[in-house]
Amino acid sequence: MSNILNVTQLRKSYHSGEKTLTVLDDITFSVEAGTRFAIVGPSGSGKTTLLGLCAGLDQPDSGGVSLCGEDLGTLDEDQCAALRNREVGFIFQNFQLLPTLTALENVSLPLELRGDKAAATTAKELLTKVGLAERMDHYPSQLSGGEQQRVAMARAFSNSPSLLFADEPTGNLDEDTGSRVIDLLFNLNAEAGTTLVIVTHDMDLARQCDRILRLKGGRILE
Amino acid sequence: MGSRHSDQIPKNQAGLLWLLQMAWRDGRASLRRLLLFMSSIVLGIAALVAIQNFGMTLEENIAGQSRELMGADFLVDMESEPDEALRDTIALIPGTYLREVNFASMLSFPDREGTRLVRIRGVEPGFPFYGELTTRPEAAAGAFGKAPGALVDATVMTQYALRPGDSVTIGNLTLPIAASLVDAPGNTQVSTSVAPAIWIPYDQIAATGLIQVGSRVEYNYYFQVPEGTDLGAIYDRWDAVLDDANADMDLHTDTSDRLGRRYQNVGRFLKLVAFIALLLGCLGIASSVHIYMKEKRASIAILKCLGASRRQSLLIFLFQIAGIGLLGGIVGTGLGLVLQAVFPQLIGGLLPVELQWSTHWEPVALGLVLGVGMALLFGLLPLLGSWFVSPLAVLRVAERTPAMSNRITTAVLLLIFGVLWGVSVLLLERPLRALWFVLGLAAVFLVLALIAWGIMWGVRRYFPHGWGFEARQGLLNLFRPNNQTLVLILAIGIGTFLISTLYFTQDMLLARARMEDDRPAANLILLDVQAGQQESVAAQIRPTGMEVLENIPIVTMRLASIAGRTVEAIRADSTSTINQWILSHEFRVTYRDSLIPSEVLQEGEWASSYAGTGPVPVSLSDNVARDARVTIGDTLVFNVQGVLMDTYVASIRQVDWGRMQLNFSVVFPPGVLEDAPRFHVMTTYAPDTDSSARLQQALVRNFPNITVLDIRQILDVITDILDKIGWVIRFMAFFSILTGLIVLLGAVRTSKYQRIRESVLLRTLGAQGRQILRISAMEYFFLGAIGGLMGAVLALLATELLAYGVFEVPFTPSWVPFGVVFPVITLLVLGIGLANSRGVIKSPPLEVLRKEGV
Repeated sequence: MSNILNVTQLRKSYHSGEKTLTVLDDITFSVEAGTRFAIVGPSGSGKTTLLGLCAGLDQPDSGGVSLCGEDLGTLDEDQCAALRNREVGFIFQNFQLLPTLTALENVSLPLELRGDKAAATTAKELLTKVGLAERMDHYPSQLSGGEQQRVAMARAFSNSPSLLFADEPTGNLDEDTGSRVIDLLFNLNAEAGTTLVIVTHDMDLARQCDRILRLKGGRILE
Repeated sequence: MGSRHSDQIPKNQAGLLWLLQMAWRDGRASLRRLLLFMSSIVLGIAALVAIQNFGMTLEENIAGQSRELMGADFLVDMESEPDEALRDTIALIPGTYLREVNFASMLSFPDREGTRLVRIRGVEPGFPFYGELTTRPEAAAGAFGKAPGALVDATVMTQYALRPGDSVTIGNLTLPIAASLVDAPGNTQVSTSVAPAIWIPYDQIAATGLIQVGSRVEYNYYFQVPEGTDLGAIYDRWDAVLDDANADMDLHTDTSDRLGRRYQNVGRFLKLVAFIALLLGCLGIASSVHIYMKEKRASIAILKCLGASRRQSLLIFLFQIAGIGLLGGIVGTGLGLVLQAVFPQLIGGLLPVELQWSTHWEPVALGLVLGVGMALLFGLLPLLGSWFVSPLAVLRVAERTPAMSNRITTAVLLLIFGVLWGVSVLLLERPLRALWFVLGLAAVFLVLALIAWGIMWGVRRYFPHGWGFEARQGLLNLFRPNNQTLVLILAIGIGTFLISTLYFTQDMLLARARMEDDRPAANLILLDVQAGQQESVAAQIRPTGMEVLENIPIVTMRLASIAGRTVEAIRADSTSTINQWILSHEFRVTYRDSLIPSEVLQEGEWASSYAGTGPVPVSLSDNVARDARVTIGDTLVFNVQGVLMDTYVASIRQVDWGRMQLNFSVVFPPGVLEDAPRFHVMTTYAPDTDSSARLQQALVRNFPNITVLDIRQILDVITDILDKIGWVIRFMAFFSILTGLIVLLGAVRTSKYQRIRESVLLRTLGAQGRQILRISAMEYFFLGAIGGLMGAVLALLATELLAYGVFEVPFTPSWVPFGVVFPVITLLVLGIGLANSRGVIKSPPLEVLRKEGV
């Protein structure tokens, strides 16, 4: 099976005044298409930074990321955005729905961006699938945390991504809601055959994945 | 999986329609706030469109009625009785003509008390060719000139309770009043209030016996030519010929152009006032869009994360702001078109024509373009900020947007400056003046921005750690992240500055008018006193207890040659830059040994006497020297009623023509003109209207050729006009003030979204409502007080500069900006700020957060 994500000798540091803080150092790994991949580690271990670099949201100091066959280092910001729109789905800890758009409009957004005429129909199907058929016209502020995360999930799958990044998807939810959201995520994932990269510090969740990458202090723990 | 080449990545397909849809979807949730942005430019646009459309309507009406304004197709006019040669020349000009002789005179009524300065118009029957003479009774207009009888201005008829059939005495002539003259071509309230017209038949003029040496008489030949005649060709053929004979030709379009220009000057000032209102609104847009876009950063990051390009993310919000601008433009333009109908009510009789309302496309286009253009221009900097929002902000809330490069910021600021200058040039039609206007405004912005930065730095550096919790929190808000200090101080400061400047300028102009009013100088000016009448006139004045303050001799003369070249030679020389009027003007010259208060020696030496040999040293006013292209030492030959007199320019004076005083462009030293045919102007001071009226009556009775200018009466007329113009200015200023308030409301309302999280957090941590209110009160009080005070102080400095540099008047500033504007603005900011915080206090924290969608 081929790799959908290749990370090679990735290094990222931040400058604060005269100090340089190395957040990631010498990170190399690959993710096989169609698998579930967990990145775990304590707070400050560099998980989210790694996710940002893998998704082309940020640029590394050195090293490379190849996503769906594209070397992200050779793409400009807009090309990265176009690649994400075509190949990538996102689920965030704090949902990141557009507050001024209804649930339906939020889910339609990635499809509309690629000019899909059937965006609204697909979005409605997905919202029905996540159990929000009755709340399509609600704004995020009118939905509960769990509902917002289900909208985010519908949005993440709306463009039929090859790869889905989930950043602490249950971090803002209570245990019950969290486990229901994860079940839904895994079901949708299985159905769509998407590769799943989950960043979490929840070992129970990580253990449900095919592979686990442990980070500590910006390095991979062997 | 092998790597592909980046060129193969297809761009996302969302097009213009989607961008517009997204702009609407996102905007609809913030509709109330966006409408507030819009309202800040509506009034400025309305004011500009109103004044622009009104100006064009007026211009069009004046141009359309120009023949009616003149009463003829063209006229030939001169200041002295035409000789036979000139009369022959005039007879050769195509068309038929009617003659008029007119001059100012004193009017008395045999059986009434009181005298009145009037303009006597001796007109041949049949005039006007165009337009109508409106009389009461109506039939008198048609019968005018066929029998002896005068048409007397309607205001005079009312003032002296006259009726048709009563008599009027003009010099030696007494005529029955045929009718009251309600309207005649070219009459305005101003011209008729200063010197109302009395029409008498042309052939009766000689019988008045009022045309004597020095009388300022105009001789007019009004022409009518068949429809379709090329007036330009007539002008080209005859104007130069007439110039040589000291006569002038005016086409009807010249009259309307002149009138149009006069109204344009007032219009330009009003446009500037309206533009200031718009600029204030733009400031509101800039401040609102700045904060709005700051709040949109998270949404932009999400959009980019989901695949929107930088261009798309920018365009969504750009369309939103452009849409709001367009809406503001539409509403403002509509309002402006309605408002223009108010102007005639405000300025009433100052207009020379009846207005036919029409809507012009230029002001409408201007309104719409300004709406979209200004919203985008002033929103551009924050809008461009969206380009730099990193999609990484979806993962890290604290992810900072990289600062926009200095180059982009400078480019945008230069663009704003350039566009503002362009619009100012469009409105003022004077590029240099427009540049100074925009530079001045930029300076005020800069000073206010420096003050705001200085305050933030100062508060941080010398923070009063000993203050109580609430005061400290309020003060902290001035420089904490997301602070509003700069934007609010700018908005409040500029608003206060503009409003205060309008007040101060008005003070200054009033001070200038008052200065002349209070001067215990002459208030009765006796014109056309013949040399032989001096003593008897003085004898008439003295017994009343008044003094002859001045007795100024006047000799009329024309220029025969300038710097060795004859006037004829200069006229024939098409390359000469000497102004034409100089060549045919009849100068009224005086002689004296010293300068008077309205004069300042600019160049050369003042000649207080004449040695008796060689050319006479004369003094010219700076405008005459400039127009005649002469300087110190240049020779001038004057034709003093037939005698050629060699002179040279000994000095050049700067003359303040604005002072209500007799000023002269050419002054001779004593000992030269004493024997020339001359007349005198005498002045005296009448302590009250009664003594003034008595003296005028006695003078008119005994010296019918003398014209008396009653300065008191003229000042009344001027005050009346200034009052009316003042109304218009105040009306326009009102737009600035109202816009200022809307901007203020917008800025403080927007700041609510900045502060609400903090207030809710404090509330959650157990802060009491009173404490939150006090913190907000402190913050808004500081902002209001600093911005307001700085605005008022800057306005004072700016007006002082203007008073010192331009108007040269000592100026006592009104207390209104400091006593009313400043405290009211401070309280308004405080009030609006506190009203915003009340929502936070009254509801539970979570509900607030949900409702505000933060």
